[in-house]
Amino acid sequence: MTTGQLPERHAIGAAMKRKEDPRFIRGKGRYLDDIVLPNMLFLALVHSPYPHAKITKIDKTAALALPGVKAVITGEDLVAAKLGWLPTFHGFDNQMVLAIGKALFQYQEVAGVVATSREIAADGAELVDVQYEPLDPVVDPYQSKLDKIILRDDREQKTNHIYHWQVGEREKTDAALAASDVTIKERILSPRCHPAPLEPCGCVSDMNGATGRLTVYMTSQAPHVHRTAFSLVTGIPEDKIHVISPDVGGGFGNKVPVYPGYVVATVASVILGVPVKWVENRTENLTTTGFARDYHMDVEIGATKAGKVTALKVSTTADHGAFDAAADPRKYPAGMFGIVTGSYDFPTAFAEVDAYFTNKAPGGIAYRCSFRVTEAAYAIERAMDILADKLGLDPVQLRMQNFVKKEQFPYHSPLGFTYDSGDYAATTKKALDIIGYDALLKEQAEKRKRGEFMGIGVSTFTEIVGAGPGKHFDILGIKMFDSAEIRIHPTGSGIVRAGTRHQGQGHETTWAQIVAEELGLDPQELLVEEGDTDTAPYGLGTYASRSTPVAGGALALAARKIREKARKIAAHLLEASEDDVEWKDYKFNLKGVPGKTVTMKEVAFAAYTNPAPDTEPGLEATYYYDPPNLTFPNGTYIAVVDVDKDTGSVKVRRFLAVDDCGVVINPMIVEGQIHGGLTEGFAIAFMQEIKYDSGGNNLNTDFTEYLIPTALETPHWETAGTVTPSPHHPIGAKGVGESPNVGSPQAFVNAVIDALSPLGVTHIDMPLTKEKVWNAIQGAQSKK
Amino acid sequence: MNISVKVNGTDYARDVEPRMLLAYFLRESLGLTGTHVGCDSSHCGCCVVVLDGNRAVKSCTMFAVQADGHEITTVEGLEQGGKLHPLQQAFWDQHGLQCGYCTPGMLMTCYALLKHNPKPSESEIREGISGNLCRCTGYQNIVKAVQQAATADATPAGVAS
Repeated sequence: MTTGQLPERHAIGAAMKRKEDPRFIRGKGRYLDDIVLPNMLFLALVHSPYPHAKITKIDKTAALALPGVKAVITGEDLVAAKLGWLPTFHGFDNQMVLAIGKALFQYQEVAGVVATSREIAADGAELVDVQYEPLDPVVDPYQSKLDKIILRDDREQKTNHIYHWQVGEREKTDAALAASDVTIKERILSPRCHPAPLEPCGCVSDMNGATGRLTVYMTSQAPHVHRTAFSLVTGIPEDKIHVISPDVGGGFGNKVPVYPGYVVATVASVILGVPVKWVENRTENLTTTGFARDYHMDVEIGATKAGKVTALKVSTTADHGAFDAAADPRKYPAGMFGIVTGSYDFPTAFAEVDAYFTNKAPGGIAYRCSFRVTEAAYAIERAMDILADKLGLDPVQLRMQNFVKKEQFPYHSPLGFTYDSGDYAATTKKALDIIGYDALLKEQAEKRKRGEFMGIGVSTFTEIVGAGPGKHFDILGIKMFDSAEIRIHPTGSGIVRAGTRHQGQGHETTWAQIVAEELGLDPQELLVEEGDTDTAPYGLGTYASRSTPVAGGALALAARKIREKARKIAAHLLEASEDDVEWKDYKFNLKGVPGKTVTMKEVAFAAYTNPAPDTEPGLEATYYYDPPNLTFPNGTYIAVVDVDKDTGSVKVRRFLAVDDCGVVINPMIVEGQIHGGLTEGFAIAFMQEIKYDSGGNNLNTDFTEYLIPTALETPHWETAGTVTPSPHHPIGAKGVGESPNVGSPQAFVNAVIDALSPLGVTHIDMPLTKEKVWNAIQGAQSKK
Repeated sequence: MNISVKVNGTDYARDVEPRMLLAYFLRESLGLTGTHVGCDSSHCGCCVVVLDGNRAVKSCTMFAVQADGHEITTVEGLEQGGKLHPLQQAFWDQHGLQCGYCTPGMLMTCYALLKHNPKPSESEIREGISGNLCRCTGYQNIVKAVQQAATADATPAGVAS
């Protein structure tokens, strides 16, 4: 690694300002709703007010009579067009595009109205007369389990149970738990929440009758996968489908699945022969698309009296809502939940997940995390604190004595993963030093004497990202590789394309830095382009922190292919044999002849004007990278909180994140990602929840009730890092965007529980609202 | 209804539906798509524009007809004579944006904030921008950007990075 040698060129390791920003700060980004096409119509959707109801009649007459309304589409219409059902990504279920015969969750899409303006479409949606016969809803997954009411009569198996998945050794784990000196058991809920990017989901579908080509502009984190999905569902050949994902206003997993609105807008465009735009409003976003989590986890840990862990068992009841629309790879219905042993060396472990249907919105997407990793990290980090409390050990000490040690890497976890690298003890030591852990403990002891509630919460998490090795991971059967294409122009600038699609992560900058580092070119002269399936190489998209681990590898290796060809041309220019030419200090050098060099720019010009004899002209390369393993970013996070015992309000006084994401490409961008992820982790710990009442009514349908932190509540973030490169990644990077969201919720919760531990409080489920914290204090005090 | 408005220094006379929101008037009638819509309920602030030079308003919660006779500044009006406004420069310098969707509204809120309070403290900035949501940055770099802009000279730095 030659990091830092080209600061003026902003190669790897430089805090280069972002190349995408000039358009955003001028209001010249081009987001989905900014796209206007001639003769474009607008789609509005009709939603079910009932969580579970028979649909007895849909009358379109009044809506169709409204001037400006061009079409009303129902589930029956789609069935006739063989588009009534949509396969979900991991292939265990189909989802109704529009309700057919029955509505299965509140706000389910029932009909679509297409009109000449968004206002007329909304008016038309009000005029669609839908008659319902309400049915008893099933809201609680533990009720669903009893199969008293079968929700999905369309399925062959008459049960609400979707699947059972397990990993590890059940009997050995049970035996180890039974033989342990100490055991703990807690039901830990990772509550249902929603990513809520500020730009909602939407599309403009444009079927060109003359060419038979369908162009879909859509808010997509994975445009190629969406093109393939559209082709498989509609039967339109893939060459006749063009997906363009323009600037995306945040994704966080929300923009991975295919939603009914995309399908109905596309059908409408095919029927009417003009472009049709659909953009959901905030309520539609929160109530119908892409919820996350909803894992009820029974966690058991066994340990010796001295605090050495002996076994871990986690049995999860997963609430998947009305359809199994979780965005997980096929072989991994519970995603990477097997990371639940975390940073600790458990001799044995067992994890199982049983998923159930309920009358709630479908989803189960990976909200700013690799598939189901946030749930797993929360379970183990919360449970380790409960164990520390039971053993009377400091939670840091318990962690330190159970960490996977540096020399154990590559580490084979009992649940089947091979961790690539890490130095958990060193990362934790750094965090303790920066925060002044011993001084904090002293302060806390003094405060406790005075009856004040101060808490210190620690999370020493391991994440698993970069899906992934094609032998294990796929979406719709397509292996989860990613790709890069680099073209260097005659004058030494170039264009870089990748199969990923950024939504704020800064790829236009960091991808240029990777290529610049490999080729000795100026990143300012490397244009990065993503999101257009006609021009970008096929890739699986941006989510699950996979862009840098997978596409980042493809970029480096494509650049190295170019360098190999460039060496031939350089040898020709130096009138030397290839073996005598070496790449050093970002240029080609003739061995043993100081000063006899050729730059990549000179090679680029020669590639088009004077290539070596028998060398193909031009200078470009494509690489499809199938990573040999996942990457395992990790970190130690420490939260310091003060809890007001009279009001239950929590003040996060300090928060330190020490991350190890391997080699850092752009420290400014990495820090920005960490700030953002911590803020979402904070939100999940204290504010954000999608709740349903017992009647199946969604209680968090807009930003009045679904609380997003503002600058006022958001704590000040302190960040630091250690660097343990990934041994298998071409540039040693691991990915970072999701670590702070995966690693932080439990640090906040552990801190609040630590503050309340003198009262005997051992667990409160998120979000830790003032009301819940106050109730816990009151409940504990009344017991005393 | 006929309305006359001055937007970013240019006069416009338009016939609008009475229920048309100011945000859609700017975006769809005038083609100024820098102003975004994120929540429809006046919480997120993606749609903030500045009315009459110093008042930040949420254009999704105001009818176009209410803007009749007023001056409006949108994000497109910040850059003058090819020079970025100090706030735009500072957001870029301090990595005060990621996906960019909240950025126009955030910039306009900060613009009005600095008009009222040219040297705000950190807590005044945090309070001042609390009507604007950002899902990407955690606000910390936005606060730094406003602090930079508040100390910038009249002539901002060049645009080359």
